[in-house]
Amino acid sequence: MKGLQAGILAIAVCFSLGATDASSRYNNLNHRLMCTCGCAEILGECNHVGCPNSTGELKELGAGIEGGKTDQEILDGFVVKYGAVVLAAPTGHGFDMVAWIAPFAVFGAALLGTILLVRRWSVGRTAALAVDLDTLDPAERERREQIRRETDGQ
Amino acid sequence: MAAFGTIALLIALALAAYNLLAGILALRWIATGQAAPISPERLADTARRAGIAGFLAISAAAFALVWSVFTNDFSITYIMEHSNRALPGAYKFSALWSGQEGSLLLWAWLLAVYGFVLRLTHKTDVKLYAYAGTILAGIQVFFLAVLCFAAPPFALYQGVTPDDGNGLNPLLQYPEMVIHPPMLYLGYVGFAIPFCFALGALMMRYPGEKWIKVTRVWTMVTWLFLTAGIFLGMHWAYAVLGWGGYWGWDPVENASFMPWLTGTAFLHSVMMQEKRGMMKSWNVWLIFSTFLLTLLGTLLTRAGLVSSVHAFAQSSIGTWFVVFMAIVLAVCIFTYVLNRSHLKTEHHLESLVSRESSFLFNNLVLLVACFVILWGTLFPVISEYVVGNKVTVGAPFYNRVAVPIGIFLLLLTGVGPLLPWRAASFKSIRRNFVLPVIAFWVTVIVCLAVGVKPWKDGSLDQGDFYALVAFAVSAAVMTAILGEFLRGAHVISKQTGRNLFSGLWLLTRRNTRRYGGYIIHIGVVIVVIGLAGSAFNRNIESELALHDKMSVGPYTLECVGFSQDSNLNYNSEFALLDVYSGGKKVFQMTPEKRVYLITGQPQTMVAIHSVPSWDLYVVYEGTNPDTGQPIIKAYLNPLVGWIWAGLAVLVFGTLLALVPSLGPATASVRVPLRTGTGATPGEPALKGGHL
Repeated sequence: MKGLQAGILAIAVCFSLGATDASSRYNNLNHRLMCTCGCAEILGECNHVGCPNSTGELKELGAGIEGGKTDQEILDGFVVKYGAVVLAAPTGHGFDMVAWIAPFAVFGAALLGTILLVRRWSVGRTAALAVDLDTLDPAERERREQIRRETDGQ
Repeated sequence: MAAFGTIALLIALALAAYNLLAGILALRWIATGQAAPISPERLADTARRAGIAGFLAISAAAFALVWSVFTNDFSITYIMEHSNRALPGAYKFSALWSGQEGSLLLWAWLLAVYGFVLRLTHKTDVKLYAYAGTILAGIQVFFLAVLCFAAPPFALYQGVTPDDGNGLNPLLQYPEMVIHPPMLYLGYVGFAIPFCFALGALMMRYPGEKWIKVTRVWTMVTWLFLTAGIFLGMHWAYAVLGWGGYWGWDPVENASFMPWLTGTAFLHSVMMQEKRGMMKSWNVWLIFSTFLLTLLGTLLTRAGLVSSVHAFAQSSIGTWFVVFMAIVLAVCIFTYVLNRSHLKTEHHLESLVSRESSFLFNNLVLLVACFVILWGTLFPVISEYVVGNKVTVGAPFYNRVAVPIGIFLLLLTGVGPLLPWRAASFKSIRRNFVLPVIAFWVTVIVCLAVGVKPWKDGSLDQGDFYALVAFAVSAAVMTAILGEFLRGAHVISKQTGRNLFSGLWLLTRRNTRRYGGYIIHIGVVIVVIGLAGSAFNRNIESELALHDKMSVGPYTLECVGFSQDSNLNYNSEFALLDVYSGGKKVFQMTPEKRVYLITGQPQTMVAIHSVPSWDLYVVYEGTNPDTGQPIIKAYLNPLVGWIWAGLAVLVFGTLLALVPSLGPATASVRVPLRTGTGATPGEPALKGGHL
């Protein structure tokens, strides 16, 4: 219970901190870009001492926001200057779309396939059971029903 | 020592090759029953003994490398590149796995350790163990061949032996780096054992499910090591890299996570095979995939296939791994096609809403998660190949795709135990799900009330939304699991007259596997709560002159001094920060920056103050070259401690699940026999009760 209280308190405190629009945009955008020095880190998280690129990139980002550019214009500017690898995730265009679609397509197909398979098995099972039950005497049928009732939920 | 180590490796390779060839020959003769010039059983036993001797040879080679590190033998290239005289003793050990050749030797040695135990315990099932031992020898031959011919750890330095070495990568000079890689390797390497048993059992068409029982302990121990290794790596990244996070979806992190996912799927679905004779082919392929993924992980680390922060060990041995993986896959497919009739399922699922189908969906989601991570890891390579355009697949991709799948998986963690085997009725669903659903909605309301805002400015805030759902699902799952414990304990309490706690203890000891599993799920829930806390991370960066202050969350940090220190290994500078909360000084922090003398490489040493609610995480980023003022970055990271606490619960649950359950005690009551009528209702009859 103490842990739960602590968690709730933590969330409440963090939310009370607040953030300005410009700083949240800055934060959001620097997490959508990569540092280009080769460290393979998100721009906003690149912290190695003496990084030759991240400070300049962050300044460019800040200037873009102050200059009134939209998020997309800023990102496009970075892509033109540094190439597509500067974006931390594939875009929603062209072949990049495949990156986003494939996981959900595989998930959907696997889910659907599994549901259909289980349904086919359960329909087959029900049919076999119905045939079985028809041949049972009433006492045996009642005994089975009682077992099912008693074990249900165990 | 270099010659000793090299000869030891060559002997180990010869012994492993003998183990493999003699094992194949002996098992072939036994399987076909054809006349042999010597007794196949004796030949198989010599193969086993060669495997045991191989362990001693590889141990000698590993000892030679460790000895060379400690005696500063810089005539060996590997020692020269990864150690230096001033390196502290504990880190001299970690030099063993800080580079390509040493880490491969560690891999081969751990494989030999597992093989040693396997071969010593062969009497459990001589034939099955002979198959497993022979397959293991095949894997050992590969690693030893790589060590002898492609990445020799004892290669001599060309030219005049230097007085001192290049030193260890500063990132690796941290206490956790002494245990994180061996843990991870124990997990990686360990999956070779269930793989060998699965392949061996399929090759010999092993009757029944005993091989699963035999390998259960191996699989769980391996899984535990891999889990601990991954979490230790997370903690190392958190404490050393200084970016305030613990998981960056780096390709090598992903590579360790993928076999964990398939291994977890295997641990679940294997129960279906034990209990209902189902999912046999599925299980075999899960363990095949897990082993192949451990090889893929090694390939990713070493081949430079994808860019990674773990790129310290790149070389051309990737080709060796690709060829080996192709051979392993071919053997698996060939064996499966030849013997697939042996894996015919004994039962089918009867209902979409049952314990069995929850296992199936759990497996499905784990495998989809594995696919997503594999896809994200390899997509840059695919994109470059298809359209000639290299892209980055980083955290934003995984946060959008993998996080919802993870939450769905968490949901299944809670739903599964509430469903009965075979089929569930609407009544039982309603009865079992009422409390978890209430817990879910209460948590949603509480979170919204305290300020979690999934919608901001008319649009969805992804981080807050996922955190809200994760908290709510965690509450539901926790309620479901605790409900299971309490229901069982209540029944025992009623049956035996014990109090509830005593009933809980007895319940757990009676079925350690089941309730150990539930405790593991509780650990997972705690970890998820900790992970969800990252949605509310805050940080602030500031130049701090003497007595300047900065605030983050409830804390105010005041700079009260800067200092410097020096030793043989590094120079350091650090800030002294007094931390105030509610106007009172509560503690002092000393974030530090080191510069290692031998390499000239800088390294941050983060100061962390952890309480259950959050971590105050402070980084000394160096001085501003323009102003000469030190730069301090402070993070308030909510609930991070829960992640490490969750790991402790998870480890406890796994250890508990490894303990054999109490056997059912049976009490007999002798009653006088009545002639004719038998026992009257209400009177005691001869009965056996489980206590």
